[in-house]
Amino acid sequence: MPLQLDIVSPERLAFTDEVDEVILPGIDGQLGILPHHTRLITALGIGELRIRKGGTEQSMLISGGFVEVRSDRVVVMADLAEHSAEIDEARAIEARKQAEADVESARDPVDLARVRAALQTALMRERIATRRRSRG
Amino acid sequence: MASLKDIRGRIGSVRNIAQITRAMEMVAASRMKRAQDAIIAARPYSDRMRDVLGRVSAVVGEEVHPLLARRPVRRMGLVVITTDRGLVGALNANAIRAVLRLVAELAEGPEAPEIELITVGRKGRDALRRSGLPIAAHFAQLGTRPAFGDVTALTRLVVDDFLSGRYDQIDLVYSSFVSTLVQRPEVHRLLPIASPAQESGEEENDEYLFEPSPEAVLSHLLPHYVAVDVYRAVLENNASEQSAQMIAMRNATDNAHELIGDLTLVYNKTRQATITREMIEIASGAEALAG
Repeated sequence: MPLQLDIVSPERLAFTDEVDEVILPGIDGQLGILPHHTRLITALGIGELRIRKGGTEQSMLISGGFVEVRSDRVVVMADLAEHSAEIDEARAIEARKQAEADVESARDPVDLARVRAALQTALMRERIATRRRSRG
Repeated sequence: MASLKDIRGRIGSVRNIAQITRAMEMVAASRMKRAQDAIIAARPYSDRMRDVLGRVSAVVGEEVHPLLARRPVRRMGLVVITTDRGLVGALNANAIRAVLRLVAELAEGPEAPEIELITVGRKGRDALRRSGLPIAAHFAQLGTRPAFGDVTALTRLVVDDFLSGRYDQIDLVYSSFVSTLVQRPEVHRLLPIASPAQESGEEENDEYLFEPSPEAVLSHLLPHYVAVDVYRAVLENNASEQSAQMIAMRNATDNAHELIGDLTLVYNKTRQATITREMIEIASGAEALAG
């Protein structure tokens, strides 16, 4: 029995389909979800979400938010969700440099936490973009 | 009867009005597209969030998080979202009527709560000030392209007022966007976070596994959910405003064109009558001379 996966971000419905397996960046590490998983709610970290379906794999950048799992349904409510195919490597590098500069210049502790998270997201985005290119 | 010059003047001014309303229609139409796209894109997230929170609040106890706590409603806050500017047809009037109806219904109950208003948008504040209900806070409307961060101040206010016990319940009134032609005033419970009607069926009362703990997850999730709810209402209202304005301006332009038609007819008739009168005068003058 496949897994019904919905990925939403405040801007849009980013993904909805039946899949075989999804691997999520949980706040305390990677989380693999197969059908008939126990009911679970957890916060998401920053990282790569991988979707497996019939031998193919898709990848997305996820940053923050929550996931709800019940048996054969997974709802990912992410603060940010980008398909790897949408990520432009040059722009990702640019964004990472900008984020590094922001971290350098941030003074306020609240601000610093925010820009650090932005930098982590930017680094992850760049890594996903680079990996996609190396795979061809 | 009005002189030819007067009528020409009126045709000119109506034509100017038509030009202005036509321009406003075009502006509203382009904003409307953006505003409608924004709300349509935001709904899936907000809907999923509402579903999940509904299921969660049904299985965890109220004591797990103060935002879930149901108290006897003695004091109630009503967040009323309207527009800053007019020329939107009956949009704001309908929302305000919904507020007054709600207030009247609540006042009839055996334990009528005290009601305070928090208004967003000038039109609602101006109209409701006359109703005599106290307005605890007012926010200007959030512009034509509200961002998620723009609702932070309002969200913090309602969450704090709920947690401090200033209000035991907070409802949200806004104009929900149905289509370009239809906008409907909507009353939505904001706090305490309520479990909507339970989905019929399966394992709904099963426990959830929370990672790392229910308290940790909910203390993140619940305030965020309130912000999402408020943001959605703002986007709905915004799409409604732009749509209502586009339609109002289109109607105004159509009416102006109709009026120009009518006035042109009067103008031609008057001109015709003047010519006829002059010809009769000349003819009768000539006849008198010939006589």
